[in-house]
Amino acid sequence: MITSLDAEVLAIAGRSLQVTVSALAISVAIGIPAGAWLALAHLPGKRLLTTVVYTGMGLPPVVVGLVVYLMLSRAGPLGSLGWLFTVRAMVLAQVIIATPLIVGVTMSSVLAVDPSLREQVRALGATPVQETLAQLFEARFGLLVGLVAGFGSIISEVGAVMLVGGNIEGRTRVLTTAIVLETRKGNFDLGLALGIILLALAFVTNLAMVMAQGRVGNPR
Amino acid sequence: MIPLVYALRDVKQTYGPRTVLNVPSLAVEEGEVVSIVGPSGAGKSTLLRLLALLQPPSSGAISLHLDRRIITAANATTADRRQMAMVFQRPVLLSRSAYDNVAYGLRVRGERDADDRIREALAAVSMSELAGADARTLSGGEAQRIAVARALVVQPRVLLLDEPTANLDMGTARLIEDLIATQRSAGTTVILVTHNIFQARRLATRVLLLMEGDLVENALTRQFFESPRDPRTAAFVAGDLNY
Ligand SMILES: Nc1ncnc2c1ncn2[C@@H]1O[C@H](COP(=O)(O)OP(=O)(O)O)[C@@H](O)[C@H]1O
Ligand SMILES: [Mg+2]
Repeated sequence: MITSLDAEVLAIAGRSLQVTVSALAISVAIGIPAGAWLALAHLPGKRLLTTVVYTGMGLPPVVVGLVVYLMLSRAGPLGSLGWLFTVRAMVLAQVIIATPLIVGVTMSSVLAVDPSLREQVRALGATPVQETLAQLFEARFGLLVGLVAGFGSIISEVGAVMLVGGNIEGRTRVLTTAIVLETRKGNFDLGLALGIILLALAFVTNLAMVMAQGRVGNPR
Repeated sequence: MIPLVYALRDVKQTYGPRTVLNVPSLAVEEGEVVSIVGPSGAGKSTLLRLLALLQPPSSGAISLHLDRRIITAANATTADRRQMAMVFQRPVLLSRSAYDNVAYGLRVRGERDADDRIREALAAVSMSELAGADARTLSGGEAQRIAVARALVVQPRVLLLDEPTANLDMGTARLIEDLIATQRSAGTTVILVTHNIFQARRLATRVLLLMEGDLVENALTRQFFESPRDPRTAAFVAGDLNY
């Protein structure tokens, strides 16, 4: 039970956070610039790219897991990396799942900013870079929503991390895969306890983000 | 000789098959307050946007002359743009406080320690009490006043105003008119689009009448109202053609 939190359980929770935070950081580093660029750039084939992104937002995680598994397996193109059944493989799969989400949410929240804003700040003396920053700043609530959704989808994902991580005790076992295992073994108490830890982590993180949102001004 | 600020030649703006603006020739001198009047859809905002160098005209030439530089929409640098400020007909405020909206133009110019100027600009449009308010919670008239304050605070040499008093009650409109008069005394070149010909009469040194994209009258204020060249001007002033 939670009261008898042992080192193993703490390590599992820590690993879940590690995978989630790493994958989210990478997804955000790629996804916010890419989403902003997609929203603001004039390029041919934008519709097609947008469709690709939206499709990516709905990728079945287990399929992503399978593809990453095949790529990282010994015979696969990335087999020489030796990442299969490591935390890195799990982060990679999660990045592939979460990045389209961040791109899509960023794109739509930047597009939702009043199109006249850009020329209005230009008429107040903004440089092109300052115009873009102003637009992104207007979209900040949307970006935060993307962050929250990304965190939630990564920390609760089970199929892909099970496939590419292998749920190895002490190495790649995370909260979700541990819950699956304990439930299979009939240890419902432990499974539930792990579930409560998962929820608590999600709650605390979301609380932190909501408070951050309060600091940048209340959304309406 | 008073230096020229704007020179327009054969300026046309078309959207698809429609010509919405046609100005064969126009010159604006430094320190003038030029009012653009005309019915809705006449092309007033279009002309103002062109004067702000936000877009090049479909054909013809518009140039802004400042410090011996000849500036067009194509070659305008950020430093050039910073000599102008514009208040749009439908101002979009940044989703920050009213104070931060007024501060914006100064911040992008890298000017810090401008708290005094910002507070002064807020006071000038009697928005001091709402300085901390979220700009998105402001009423239309309050937002309009913040838009005027954030343009004035950067002390532009050319001030472009698109119906700045349209959403305001009479008292506040008078407040804005006083600010424009102050700008006139300070030698700022002001282009004022207004739907209110009495406002043009009170503030402008010269009035332009646009109708269906055509520059019907371009006259000193007194002449515009007392002895216009075009019969449509007299009719417009008399209200026959007003909307
Ligand atoms: N971006 C645009 N695309 C197409 N038509 C436009 C555009 N901007 C303005 N117009 C048209 O040009 C005409 C003049 O508009 P505008 O300059 O806004 O008039 P005013 O400010 O005098 O009311 C209107 O008929 C308007 O519909
Ligand atoms: Mg207009």
